[in-house]
Amino acid sequence: MKRIVVLTVGLLLILALVSCGPAETPQTQEPEEQAPQEETLDPITLATTTSTENSGLLDYILPHFEEKYNTKVNVVAVGTGQAMEMGKNGDADVLLVHAEATEIQFVNDGYGVDRHRVMYNDFIIVGPEDDPAGLKEAAGADAAKALSMISEKKAPFASRGDDSGTHKKELELWQAAGVEPAGDWYKSVGQGMGATLNFASEQKAYTMTDRATYLSMMDNLDLVILVEGDEIMFNQYGVIKVNPERHPGINKKGADKFVEWIISDEIQNMISEFGKDEFGQSLFVPNAD
Amino acid sequence: MESIIQGFQGALSLIFSGDREVYSIIGLSLSVSLVSVVISMVISLPMGIAIGMKEFPLRKAVVMVINTLMGLPPVIAGLFVYLLLSRSGPLGYLGILHSPKAMIIAQVLLIIPIITGITMAAIKDRGRLIKNTAYTLGAGKIQMLWTLIREFRTSIGSSLIAGYGRAISEVGAVMLVGGNIKGYTRVMTTAIVLETNMGNFDQAIAIGIVLLALFFVINIFLQKFQGA
Repeated sequence: MKRIVVLTVGLLLILALVSCGPAETPQTQEPEEQAPQEETLDPITLATTTSTENSGLLDYILPHFEEKYNTKVNVVAVGTGQAMEMGKNGDADVLLVHAEATEIQFVNDGYGVDRHRVMYNDFIIVGPEDDPAGLKEAAGADAAKALSMISEKKAPFASRGDDSGTHKKELELWQAAGVEPAGDWYKSVGQGMGATLNFASEQKAYTMTDRATYLSMMDNLDLVILVEGDEIMFNQYGVIKVNPERHPGINKKGADKFVEWIISDEIQNMISEFGKDEFGQSLFVPNAD
Repeated sequence: MESIIQGFQGALSLIFSGDREVYSIIGLSLSVSLVSVVISMVISLPMGIAIGMKEFPLRKAVVMVINTLMGLPPVIAGLFVYLLLSRSGPLGYLGILHSPKAMIIAQVLLIIPIITGITMAAIKDRGRLIKNTAYTLGAGKIQMLWTLIREFRTSIGSSLIAGYGRAISEVGAVMLVGGNIKGYTRVMTTAIVLETNMGNFDQAIAIGIVLLALFFVINIFLQKFQGA
């Protein structure tokens, strides 16, 4: 019997510890200390790419929205492919992704409505400092040329390989270079940008990355920027509301407010400031339309 | 090597940081796994005892299915629950995808076979003997179940530890159905993945050490229950 008592007390202790721990539901934040709010919104689910979360941008701007509307934004950070799929299934209210052609298709197919440009950053090609394929001297800013040089040398190249926006952009570049990437040197990692950069750093491989993720992780990587500034490497982010007619259960009002908010002048200014303190340059360039 | 040493330092400073986010991650890991184990226990103990003690047609097939499910890949359980709870899935109207509830459902699916499997295997040999003895001594149904649970507390305890261990260390399923949402569905394992992806290896190790330490404490409690 004594053991049962010990066990019960133990479980109760754990329960007590737990119940004063996390906010089980996101709605339970204390409303009384907030600044004057316009109105209160139900929590919204934002499906976005790992790059916006890993770079820290969302942590920087979202508290503004959450305070203004006394709500909570549940961020699910996945690859663009999965984010779009979440939108199609109605498992998110609003998307913040970067694959312009796919996004337009998504809206045309009736899965999303009211798409806006939000901001862009750019992709860069990074690689080991000793640069075995010699990109630094010979490729200049020409990204396609850089890729064909890598494939000629069969220098290791790490690809996201996860159907993300970045992966799609990379495939677009290979196409521009007229190379079918295949072989031992072409390593498809199947993970997020951060994991792929770690992999490239460990394996002394080249990879293509968005500048934001690279800058935020630079200190932990043995990789340097080799090719940058090519126009084809610009990376446009768009915001799309999931079509409420297809999925009546989604938070339409929240999605409306979110889009209105992220393309407002105030937030666009905030985006252009993000990163200046830490990296001396902004990571994203706002260009809402 | 440096990362590992920093990880140990990091683990200590995490525990005593007073950082609400860290506590909420630890708390959610503990509570989601605890609730999952309790729910699974309520379902699995009677099931394991029944399958272990009784003869019935297709018993071998049932045992085989349970043993197979003990090795169910978590990410498959996660995918299954994901498709079930997706707004375009059969239970989509509940709207609980990407919530702690969804994580509990996935974990229960993973733990039920473990607790059931271990219980039924343990009870098979001596169960009937104990049952007959208890009957001879005039025990009722409830007393009987109690006697069995007491007699087999070591095995049942092991099955609970195994189940809890599976739940709290699992990452694939909770990542998929929980979505690793900061402050809402982020647990220790998904936080470790995120920190690793962001290259913060020392932070990842630190959370890992906290996870192990907590599991150790939980084991101590369960040992007391087992009387081992």
